[in-house]
Amino acid sequence: MDFNDTPEEAAFRSDCRAWLEANAKPKSDHSSAGDGMGAHLDTDAVEASKAWQKKKADAGWACLRWPKEYGGRGATSIQNVIWGQEQAKFDTPADVFGITHGMCGPTVMTHGTDEQKEKWIPGMLTGENVWCQLFSEPAAGSDLAGLRSTAVRDGDDWIINGQKIWTTGAQWADWGILVVRSDPNAPKHKGLTYFVVDMHAAGIEVRPIHQINGGREFNEVFFSDVRIPDANRLDEIGNGWMVSLTTLMNERASIGAGGGASAISELIDLAKRIEIDGKPAIEQSAVQERLADFLVKARGLRYTGLRTLTALSQGKTPGPEASLGKLVGAVLGQDMAAFGMELQGMCGGVNDPGLGIDGSTWQSRYLGFPGLRIAGGTDEVLRNIISERVLGLPPEIRVDKNVPFKDIPSGN
Amino acid sequence: MNFDFSDDQKLLKETASNFLKEHAPLALCRAVLESDDSYSAELWKKAAQLGWQATAIPEEYGGYGFGQLELAVIAEEVGYALAPIPFASSVCFATDAIVLAGSDEQKKRLLPKLASGDSIATFALTESPGQNGGEKSKTKLDGDSITGTKLPVLDGDVADVVVVLADCGAGPTLALVELDASGVERTKLECIDPSRSVARLDFTNTPAEALGKPGEGGRLAETLLDRAAVLMAFEQVGAATRALEITKQYTMERYAFGRPIASFQSLKHRMADRYCDIEIARSNSYYGAWALENNDRELAVSACLARVAASEAFDQMGVDMIQLHGGVGFTWEFDCHLFYRRSKLLSSALGSTASWKRKLIRRVSGQEAA
Ligand SMILES: Cc1cc2nc3c(=O)[nH]c(=O)nc-3n(C[C@H](O)[C@H](O)[C@H](O)COP(=O)(O)OP(=O)(O)OC[C@H]3O[C@@H](n4cnc5c(N)ncnc54)[C@H](O)[C@@H]3O)c2cc1C
Repeated sequence: MDFNDTPEEAAFRSDCRAWLEANAKPKSDHSSAGDGMGAHLDTDAVEASKAWQKKKADAGWACLRWPKEYGGRGATSIQNVIWGQEQAKFDTPADVFGITHGMCGPTVMTHGTDEQKEKWIPGMLTGENVWCQLFSEPAAGSDLAGLRSTAVRDGDDWIINGQKIWTTGAQWADWGILVVRSDPNAPKHKGLTYFVVDMHAAGIEVRPIHQINGGREFNEVFFSDVRIPDANRLDEIGNGWMVSLTTLMNERASIGAGGGASAISELIDLAKRIEIDGKPAIEQSAVQERLADFLVKARGLRYTGLRTLTALSQGKTPGPEASLGKLVGAVLGQDMAAFGMELQGMCGGVNDPGLGIDGSTWQSRYLGFPGLRIAGGTDEVLRNIISERVLGLPPEIRVDKNVPFKDIPSGN
Repeated sequence: MNFDFSDDQKLLKETASNFLKEHAPLALCRAVLESDDSYSAELWKKAAQLGWQATAIPEEYGGYGFGQLELAVIAEEVGYALAPIPFASSVCFATDAIVLAGSDEQKKRLLPKLASGDSIATFALTESPGQNGGEKSKTKLDGDSITGTKLPVLDGDVADVVVVLADCGAGPTLALVELDASGVERTKLECIDPSRSVARLDFTNTPAEALGKPGEGGRLAETLLDRAAVLMAFEQVGAATRALEITKQYTMERYAFGRPIASFQSLKHRMADRYCDIEIARSNSYYGAWALENNDRELAVSACLARVAASEAFDQMGVDMIQLHGGVGFTWEFDCHLFYRRSKLLSSALGSTASWKRKLIRRVSGQEAA
């Protein structure tokens, strides 16, 4: 058991740092861990993110784990983490490529043909193209396979109709991964097909949705007779569910341990500065006990991540256990935000960046974290996954399996 | 970076697991619980034949000279089996104390017998309800004799040697007392987990000797508690893992409303949450083990992390185990109460969970030297 870098890892780390020092500014002490939903984005922020990605790609520091033939570095998982640790010490532009690199890239690499990979992977890596994930629909979120948007074959093309919703970053995306129903007569999981869609194609309309945290990062996306060439289909017709699972596994792993854990040191720092009954809050036993609960979870998540990493480096594949990181991390982030507000007494409800303590980060986290508990699989869905796929408990009793999709009852 | 046990350590774990499967079924734990015995002397002897007690004792004193990671993997299996032996008190705390702080003469005299399992050692820090081990002792060490009352003392009714926290005038000091000496009164106390034992020890001018430097016993006791907490966390994680397995099995086989009760979502989710607790505790314990093995500055913090996570994971698993079994979970004949009892014994044995939480935050925030 060894936490320290091996000599090779240490050398790699100093390479990372050298490049970052030459190309980015170190973070100030006051930069915050974010509100769980990432920074609010606008066109300028997107451009800045693309420029930073391009800079990294030109120097060979983009998508480190991806194969060299596509411009990656063929790096190990551990090297990738080392890079992430070092990059986190620098003040880099907000990232619009989370979905592109965390979900779309791995899915195309797993299920795409060589031509498809050559066509799409390099643009993801160089930051030229932003991607989005067109999965959820008004009637299909947790029950993703209940989706209703349709694909109908027309010669070498498919014609897409329907509506997607909650599509993060659709307004900035050039490409999207799309799962739609190609056979309404098949049972629900069997009638799906997976495509890559050009977001600039005719018939696509994107409408931003206003979120509770004030942002407008997610969207409704309407498809009216949108044509997708069959060459943009990933994997077999009817195999869309399997391809979606690849995306979802990667999604949970990439949201994973991040969660709220990194805010713990800011929370401890806040408790040092706030006074309760004439004493620093951090000296009050009730405060200490709450902080300890958070710290134990935050560190536990970090070390769980390291155990996963070790397993990866031993050649094991990460399984559904990755759901643990997102489940525990998102709840933790929200709980810590609430406690950060609680510590502020009557000012807990002040969300004014000018007046509030720490620029109202705790308040904005409180408004951001509910999103993380829903996005990428709700807490409840993750508990189902853990209980069924990790613990082997019986699956949910289903009334929708092995019935033609069109005969399944639906509500609002 | 390699955050895993070595192949040799994994092999040791497997050997321990197979050994306990054969020699320490839950029936053994129950047998001790239902008898007047304080532990299974037979299992203790067999464990000694495997060399468990000798694991971390240096070779020159009759041990194998392995490290704490080897003890950690054994502790996890001891927990998994709910083995009714004084492993935590004797091996993880008291033997460690002597290895760490004993003089050469003390080591030569005491360690070989501990290594062979012929002798059992324990520790005695607290004196009254509400204490967690760091308090000032009323027990006095006066030159080579000790007077005072210690309670509770884990395995105090069967131990041969005890490491006692006392005051020597120059401040807190650890003392070694051999319990066959004059002026020792032992009273076995009722234990929440009768498969293990606790006692009260009264010393009246009992022969004793200092362990480590007089006046430095407070710091030393803290360090020993930290070290033992990491190993006990493995024991707790092992036990909680077993409790979850048994609960899973039972709820898959028990039917209600025409289906296995394990298919009810509130039960599934409860078990998923316990799985998360246990994995968080396991990860924190790994980190503690790493700090322990490397004698790292991080030990003070990592011990608290491991202790808090593991105590809470096992305590909650004990509670849920009974609840998810329904009525049979409340019967003497079912094994749930063995886990329920053991969880509370372990989560109090080194000080309350809340006390470790406060210690954790005082340490990370620099209010307490770590
Ligand atoms: C910030 C944010 C960003 C998002 N970005 C994207 C994106 O980029 N692309 C995309 O495709 N989607 C995205 N989503 C959508 C997200 O995946 C869904 O919102 C999520 O899967 C839940 O689906 P739903 O909203 O339809 O809620 P529902 O599925 O209707 O859930 C409502 C409630 O019912 C519970 N529930 C549902 N089924 C079960 C069950 N079987 N057992 C127990 N409880 C259950 C849920 O846990 C929840 O509490 C995003 C969501 C958010 C909040």
